[in-house]
Amino acid sequence: MPEYIGQFFLDLYKSDPSWNFIFFYDPSQLERVLDGFWMTLELSIICVILSVVIGVVGAWMQTHKNPFLRIVVQGYIQFFRNTPPLIQLMFFYFALGQFTPSYSPDGWLEVPIISNVGWAIISLSFFAGSFNVEIFRAGIEAVPESTKEAAEALGISHFQSYRYIILPLAFRVSLPALNNNLVNLVKTTTQAMAIAVPELLYQMVSIYNDYSTSMNASMVLLFVVYILLVGILVFGVHKWEKNFKIPGYGG
Amino acid sequence: MSSNLPGEQPAVSLSEVYKSFGELEVLKGINFDVMKGEVICIIGPSGSGKSTLIRCINALNNIDSGSIKVHGIEVNDPNLNKLELRKNVGMVFQQYNLFPHKTALENIMMAPILVLKETKQTAYAKALELVKKVRLEDKQHNYPGELSGGQQQRVAIARSLAMNPDIMLFDEVTAALDPETVKEVLVTIKDLAGEGMTCILVTHEMGFARELADHIYFTDRGVIVEHGPPDTFFKEAKDPRTKEFLSQIL
Repeated sequence: MPEYIGQFFLDLYKSDPSWNFIFFYDPSQLERVLDGFWMTLELSIICVILSVVIGVVGAWMQTHKNPFLRIVVQGYIQFFRNTPPLIQLMFFYFALGQFTPSYSPDGWLEVPIISNVGWAIISLSFFAGSFNVEIFRAGIEAVPESTKEAAEALGISHFQSYRYIILPLAFRVSLPALNNNLVNLVKTTTQAMAIAVPELLYQMVSIYNDYSTSMNASMVLLFVVYILLVGILVFGVHKWEKNFKIPGYGG
Repeated sequence: MSSNLPGEQPAVSLSEVYKSFGELEVLKGINFDVMKGEVICIIGPSGSGKSTLIRCINALNNIDSGSIKVHGIEVNDPNLNKLELRKNVGMVFQQYNLFPHKTALENIMMAPILVLKETKQTAYAKALELVKKVRLEDKQHNYPGELSGGQQQRVAIARSLAMNPDIMLFDEVTAALDPETVKEVLVTIKDLAGEGMTCILVTHEMGFARELADHIYFTDRGVIVEHGPPDTFFKEAKDPRTKEFLSQIL
């Protein structure tokens, strides 16, 4: 970062101690911010991908002949959709975490095989995934029975029909709702702070706990970063929607 | 029932076909044979079981009892190889039911690639021919949403033909069309019939039935009330129900 930016924020802090953008002139604080940002980005990207996969698989299982599979998916949705994500995170890490095996890299320290970051990824993906199942299901149900019938009459198998006709159409119907849910997911990654995942909010809170004058500045930075991050996501999905648009179909 | 030459096997043969949806009996003992290359039209008031009848022939609906044979193979059989049946029997629907995310050409190419395992090149070449046959070369790269009803229906016919069927089922294929576009679809079907395709049509187009059909069946409340070649059928209908229906429609 250029010298004069650091100098500017140092001067700002000296003239008004309630606006201490410490991370812009103290390299070790900047490092904490960047570490937090990368962790947030990592959590967001992995959870977005996993939750979409869970959504597709879950929606497929919901239409399955096997009633047991359908009950499992229903139970999963009811549990994850109707309980707060913060409690899910804590439950996974503190309760389930006790029962997962651990290993010892140095013969001294016991390290659980699933770290707090791992639990955050699992928990948040399943949380957002439960909504995605319902979103994709609505999309699949929006594909007219007559379209599936036409495929059947042509000898196209159920699996092929799902893969080449139903999913591509359902996906287009689902995109706006999916967009909303993914935005929520990115924002919910901040709750991983509760199990000490060093994402952006965790790092910013640590910084202003160490340097109380930097609280206002930290809040401003948090808002700006999330507005940009979510903005990019929304922009991306909108572009996707446009790419997938079928001429003469669905408004 | 139709002019059965000795030794010749009918393309489609129905005997004592019964079908109900819950309490509602839709088909009550239907019998008829369709010979290879024949065009037959099934007419009758709404709710008389015409569409159900035609859908049973390619196993989109199962029948409760009786027998439907396509090229001598029993359709009413739990172990039926539906894939083989559907390779032989093409079906066109009232609402076209094209795949909206595929262009006209892609709609036609899809089943040959997925079901007949044709290469893309082969399927493409065949689709080009078919699109020409239904006179839509200039629309081949358009999506269904950009086509008129009549154009969509012609793509749907080409899509069925791409599977090289030898029997075609048409389920009220002009019922959803504007009067002007009905003709273009009928011309396409007429071409097919002229080439010797076995066609079973459920239709309300009486003029068309009279001109093209080898045999007409009139159904009401799940039974065939009257049937015959068009000349006798339209001029000398005997059953009061047929007479009433024809007087309303002609």
